[in-house]
Amino acid sequence: MTGHPGAQDPAARAADLTARDTESVRAYVKSGAPYVWFTAAAIAASVVIVGALLLLIAVRGLPHFWPGDVVVGEYREPGKDPEPVMAEIVSREPVTAARLKGAGMLVDESRAVYERLLLKVGNRDLYGADFRFELDAWLENRAWPDEAVVFERVEWGNFYGTLLAVRQGGTATAVGDAAWGAWRGLQRRADALRDDIHELERDEIGAVNFALERLRLAERRLQLAGRTPESHPQDYAALAGERGALDARYAALQERLTKLYDEIGRDSVVVRSVDGQEVEIPLAKIVRGYRPNAMGPGAKLAFYFAKLWEFVSDEPREANTEGGIFPAIFGTVLMVLIMSVIVTPFGVVAAVYLREYARQGLATRVIRIAVNNLAGVPSIVFGMFGLGFFVYFVGGGIDRLFYPEALPGPTFGTGGILWASLTLALLTLPVVIVATEEGLARIPRALREASLALGATKAETLWRVVLPMASPAMMTGLILAVARAAGEVAPLMLVGVVKLAPSLALDGNAPFLHLDRKFMHLGFHIYDVGFQSPNVEAARPLVYATALLLVAVIVVLNLAAVRIRNRLRERYKTLEH
Amino acid sequence: MNQTAAPPASPRLSPSITASRGRLQWRHFKDVSAKWIVGVGGLSVLVALLLIFVYLLVEVLPLFRGADVHPRAAYAVPGGAGRTLYLATEEQFEVGLRVTPDGAATFFDVQTGAVRETLPLPLNGRGLARVAEVALDKGYLAAALDDGSVLPFKHTYAVTYPGDRRRIQPAIEFPRGPKPIAFMPEAPRALAVRDSDERLFLAGADRSGRVYIKTLETTASLFGESSTRIAADLAFTPAVTPDFLLVDPGIAWLYTVDARRGRIALHELRGGEPPLLVSDEAVGGKVAYAGWLAGGISVLTADERGRVVQWFPARDADGNWQLARVREFETGGPPTALAAEHRRRGFAVGDAQGNVALLHATAQRTVLEERLLDGPVEFLSFDPRANGLLALGRDGMLHAFRVDNEHPEVSWSSLWGRVWYESYDTPDLLWQSSSAVGDFEPKFSLTPLTLGTLKGAFYAMIFAVPLAVLGAMFTAYFMSPALRQVVKPTVEVMQALPTVILGFLAGLWLAPFVEANLPGMFLTLVVLPVAVPAVGYLWLRMPPRVRRTVPTGWEAALLMPVLVLLGWACFALAQPAEALLFGGNMQSWLDEELGIGYDQRNCLVVGIAMGIAVIPGIFSIAEDAIFSVPRHLSLGSLALGATPWQTLVGVVLPTASPGIFSAIMIGLGRAVGETMIVLMATGNTPVMDFGMFSGMRTLSANVAVEMPESEVGSTHVRLLFLAGLVLFLLTFFLNTLAEVVRQRLREKYSNL
Repeated sequence: MTGHPGAQDPAARAADLTARDTESVRAYVKSGAPYVWFTAAAIAASVVIVGALLLLIAVRGLPHFWPGDVVVGEYREPGKDPEPVMAEIVSREPVTAARLKGAGMLVDESRAVYERLLLKVGNRDLYGADFRFELDAWLENRAWPDEAVVFERVEWGNFYGTLLAVRQGGTATAVGDAAWGAWRGLQRRADALRDDIHELERDEIGAVNFALERLRLAERRLQLAGRTPESHPQDYAALAGERGALDARYAALQERLTKLYDEIGRDSVVVRSVDGQEVEIPLAKIVRGYRPNAMGPGAKLAFYFAKLWEFVSDEPREANTEGGIFPAIFGTVLMVLIMSVIVTPFGVVAAVYLREYARQGLATRVIRIAVNNLAGVPSIVFGMFGLGFFVYFVGGGIDRLFYPEALPGPTFGTGGILWASLTLALLTLPVVIVATEEGLARIPRALREASLALGATKAETLWRVVLPMASPAMMTGLILAVARAAGEVAPLMLVGVVKLAPSLALDGNAPFLHLDRKFMHLGFHIYDVGFQSPNVEAARPLVYATALLLVAVIVVLNLAAVRIRNRLRERYKTLEH
Repeated sequence: MNQTAAPPASPRLSPSITASRGRLQWRHFKDVSAKWIVGVGGLSVLVALLLIFVYLLVEVLPLFRGADVHPRAAYAVPGGAGRTLYLATEEQFEVGLRVTPDGAATFFDVQTGAVRETLPLPLNGRGLARVAEVALDKGYLAAALDDGSVLPFKHTYAVTYPGDRRRIQPAIEFPRGPKPIAFMPEAPRALAVRDSDERLFLAGADRSGRVYIKTLETTASLFGESSTRIAADLAFTPAVTPDFLLVDPGIAWLYTVDARRGRIALHELRGGEPPLLVSDEAVGGKVAYAGWLAGGISVLTADERGRVVQWFPARDADGNWQLARVREFETGGPPTALAAEHRRRGFAVGDAQGNVALLHATAQRTVLEERLLDGPVEFLSFDPRANGLLALGRDGMLHAFRVDNEHPEVSWSSLWGRVWYESYDTPDLLWQSSSAVGDFEPKFSLTPLTLGTLKGAFYAMIFAVPLAVLGAMFTAYFMSPALRQVVKPTVEVMQALPTVILGFLAGLWLAPFVEANLPGMFLTLVVLPVAVPAVGYLWLRMPPRVRRTVPTGWEAALLMPVLVLLGWACFALAQPAEALLFGGNMQSWLDEELGIGYDQRNCLVVGIAMGIAVIPGIFSIAEDAIFSVPRHLSLGSLALGATPWQTLVGVVLPTASPGIFSAIMIGLGRAVGETMIVLMATGNTPVMDFGMFSGMRTLSANVAVEMPESEVGSTHVRLLFLAGLVLFLLTFFLNTLAEVVRQRLREKYSNL
C-alpha cells in the first residue's frame, strides 16, 4: 500500500487513512466482521436447508399424480440391436462417462458427461421391471402419438401400449378407433360392480366372519367354564343355532359374490405393447385408463385431482406401492386422538402442580429435571418400555383375566392401537407440560389474587379463572404433542404398527372401536414402503407424496401452535398494563 | 339459601359467605381434593420416569445374576450296581437313561428313581466296553462291544397327552440296524463315531495306541433302495497316544489326546490317508478328561489340577491351520467328571470333593461353584434344555438337580471385550445375534454398536454444532428483530420435522446424491468458508447506495441467495472437476489411491441428516441463552469502545456459555438416541471402523431391527433391553447435566 499517488495532498491522505481504517482487508479482519459474516452464513445456511428440504419433498411429491406424456421412440445402444420403447420420462440426471464405462457401456470417450433418463416403461408382466435407466442421447425417433394408452391395473402396475379391441363375453365388439369410446362405457359398469363386490366383501361378509369368530370364542368360554355339551346342552344348542343362521347367510352372500364376479369378468380389452406383444386385460383388473398425449391441460388437471383424491381416500394396492394411503391416515388420526385423551389431563395437572401448587424448591427442581429427561429419553426406549410393560405385562395380564378363551392367541397381549397411544402419550407428556406451564406462568398474578380476595378457594380460582385463561396454552401443547406423535415412528414399530392392517380399528361391528387391533401409520408407511418395498422405483414417488402430506400436516399444526401462543402472549401483555 | 341455620356473623357480608355449612364443607373438600389430585398428577411425571428406569433394570438384571442349583431328588442309581457307561435325560427332565456294561438301557423316573423300563441292547451275549456320543442333541449314541464291533443307537421319547396329561414313552432306535457293525479286532480304549446320513464314520483306538478308521458310505438308488459300502478302512499310529479320540461332526478333524503326557494332537481327515498331523500341543498337565462343547467345534480338556482348556482349529497369520488354545478356566480340584450343555456353550465340571462348577466357554465365566455331593463326582449329565443336571456320586447315589441358569453367555468381558469366537482366527468384537441354537454361536458384543452410536453422534455434532451455535449467535445478537421473528420459528419448525422423513430423504435421496456428487460436497466445504468472508469484504467495498438497500441485521438474508448460488456453482463444477481430477469416479479413486472403501449409506450422509435433526434443538436453546444475556452487559462493553464482535466474544458468550453447553448436551442426547435416521441412512452393519465413508449400526437402530423378532425372556431380548438401559442412562446423564446447568444459569441471570 506504499506509494499512493495522492500521498502528498493532506486531504487525500486523511481520506486514505480513513479508508485504511475501514476498508483495508486488515481492518476488515481486525474489526471481527468476517466472523460476524460467518455467523450470518450459519443461520442463512440453516434456513436454506429448511427451505430446501420442504421444497425437495414438495417437488418430488406433487408431480406424482400428474399424467406425464408418453414418448415412443427407438433406443439405439451401440453394440446392441435397436429396440422400440414406449415410456414416461420420470427424471433425468447427469452422469460422467467414466462411470458409464465402468458399468460396461460403450460410451463416446470424448464426451465427459452424459444425461441419463429414468424411464417408466410399465408392463411388468412382460418386461419384468417397470423402470429403466437409459441415456438421453441414444433414444431416437421420438414421437408422442395420441393413441398411446396407459392402463392402471390392479396388479402388475401400469400397461403402456395401444388399444386394439374391446371384448364382451369373448367376442370383439369394438375395434380400432371406436374401441376407446366403447371401453369407457364398459369400464364404468365394471367399476360399479367392483364397488359392489368390495362393499359385500368388506362389510357384509366381514360382519359374518366377525360374528362367527365371536361364536367360536363363546364356545371356548363355555369349555373353560367347565360346561360340556353333555352338562349344558341348551347353551351349545343356542350357539349351534346361531352358527347355522350365520352359515346360511354366508352361503347366500357367497352366492351373490360369485354372481358379481361372473358379471365383472365378462368384458376385457386387447392391447398391444410397443414391441408387438398382445395382451388381454379383463376390465375387472383395470383401475383407470387414459391417453396422456391426447389430454389437454384441463383434462390433466382433473386427472391430477382425481388421483390426489384416490391417494388420500383409497386403500393401498400392490404391496403399498400403488393406490392410496387412507388406512394409514385413519390409523394415525385415531391413534393421535386416543393419545390426546390420555395425555392432556396428565400434562395439564402436572403443569398446574409445578406452577400453582408446589412450593418452588428441591421438589419442583427434581420434577423439572424429570420432565426434561422424559423429553430427552430416546423414543425407541419408550417403545421398548411400551412393548415390555404395556404389551407384555399389562396386556398379558388383561388377556389372562378377561380373554382366556382366545389364549394362546393374544388379544391385548400384542401390539395394538391402545398400547401405541399410551406409549406416545408418555412420550409427548413433557411437550404438554412445558407448553401449559408457560401459559400458566404468563397469567398475571393480579388475576389470581383478585379471585382469591373475592373469597374463592384455590381450586375454584384454578378451575374458573386460571385454567380457562390457560386453555390456549394447553391447546398449543396438545397441538405440539399431536405433531410430535404423528411423526414418531421408532416406538410404534415395537408396539403395534403394521405395514398392512386387515381391518380398521373403527368399524361397524360392536363394540365399534377395537383398541386391540393393529393399525397403519403414515410415518411407518414411509419407512416401510421406502425401505422394505420390493419395487423401490415405483414406490418412491408415493413415499414422497406421503412424506409431503405428513410434513404439511405437521408444519400446519406447528404454525397453528405458534400462532396461538403468540396471540396468547399479546393478550396477556395487554392484561398486564 | 339464607334461610338455613348458618350463624349470621355479619348481616352485611355477601350471601356466599353466609352460605350453608354443608356447602362450605363441600367447597373445602373440593379444594383439598384438588390439591391432592394435582399433587399426585405432578408426581406422576417422576413416577413415569422411574417406572421406565425400573422396568428396564428389571429386564436387564437377570443377565448378571449367577445360577442357582436346587436339589430335587437323590436315590441309589437305578438299574443295579456296577459301572455307569452313560447317563442322559430327555427334554422335560422327567425320564432318565442309564447304560450299563451288561448292555441294558434302563429308563427311570428322574424325580423318584423308579425304573420305568429296561430295554436290553441286542448284543448276543457280548458286553459293552464304552459308549460314545454321535450327536448329543439327537440322543444319538454308539456302543462299543467287547469284541470291537460297534452298535449305533438312539434314545428317543414320544410325548403324548392322553387326558391333558403329559406321558413320555421312551424307546431305543437303531438308525443303522440292530446288528453291531464289525470294526476292530478288540474292544476300543477310545471311540469316536459320527453319522452324516450318507456316511458313518468310525474311529477307535486299541491298547497299543493304534487308531482304526472305518467309513461306511450309504448311497440311495433311484428306486429308494440303499446300499452300504466300506469307503475307507485303515489303521495308523497317531503322533500322541490316543487315550481320548474325538472327531468333529463335519468329519474334518480328528483329535487324539495323550492323558499321561498331557498332549493334544489335531489331524486333518480330508488331507489324505492316514490323516495328516496339523499340530501337536502341550496341554500343561495330565489330562483327566477331553470332550466336545456343544456345536462340535470346540474341544475341552481338563487337566488334573482342575484347569479346563478350550481348543479349536483356527488359521494363523499365514493362513495355515493350527490348533488354537483359545481360553482357560480354573476350577477347584482334580476334575472327575465333565458334561457339556446340549445347546449352549456351557459346561459343568465335577471334582473329587463333590464340587460342581457351571461355566460358560465363550463368556469365559464361572457361573456357579458349589459343593453338591459329599463324595467324588463320577458322572454329570445335562438335560437338553440345561434346566436339569444329573450327578452320579462314586458312592452309587444319583442326584437330580434343577438348574436355574438363564443367561450364562453374558459377562462383562464378552459384552465389551474382544472375544475369540468359534470358527474365527482371532479374538474380535462382533454383534451377530441371530441363531441362538445350533452350531453357530450368537455373538453379543455391545462395543461395535456403542461405537456406531458414538460415531453417528460425532459426525452429526460436527455438522450441527457450528451451524447451530454460530447461527444462534447471529440471530440473538446481530439480527434485526423483524427478521428474527421469521427466522427463529422457521428453524424451530424443523424440529418438528419427523425423523422418519429426514431418514427417508437421507437414505433414498441424499445417499445417492452424495455418491454421485462427492466432489461437489467437498468443493462446497472448501469454497464456502473462503467465500463467505470474501463476500463480506466485497459488501464492505460496495458503494453506500447499494449497501443501504440491506439494513444491518439483515446480512443473513443477503447471504441466503449467495449461498444457494455458490452451492449450485460448486455442484455444477463438480462433474467436470471429477472427470479432470479423479478420472471421472471419485469413489474408485479413493479406493485405489487412498484405500478408503465407500459405502453408499455412510457417516457423511448420517452426519448431515442427523445434524439437520439436532440443529433446531441446539439452535433454539443456545439462542435463548444468548438472547437473554442482560442488555446492560453488552451495552457497557460497547460503550467502552469494544467492537460488536469483541463484545460478543468477550462479554456475551462467557455469560451465556453454560446455556450453550447445555444446548449442545441436549443435542448430543438426541443424536445418541436417534433411531429412524440411522436405521434408514446407514447400512446397519455393525462395523468397528471410524471412517467417514463406512456405515454403522447403532444401539437404537439395533433395537428397532431386532426387538420385534426376538424371543421374550431370551438373553438376546435382555441384551436389547440392556442397550435401551445404556441409552436411557446416557441421555439421562446428558439431560440432567444440561438441565442443572440451565437452572443455575437462570438464577445467575435473575441476579444480574
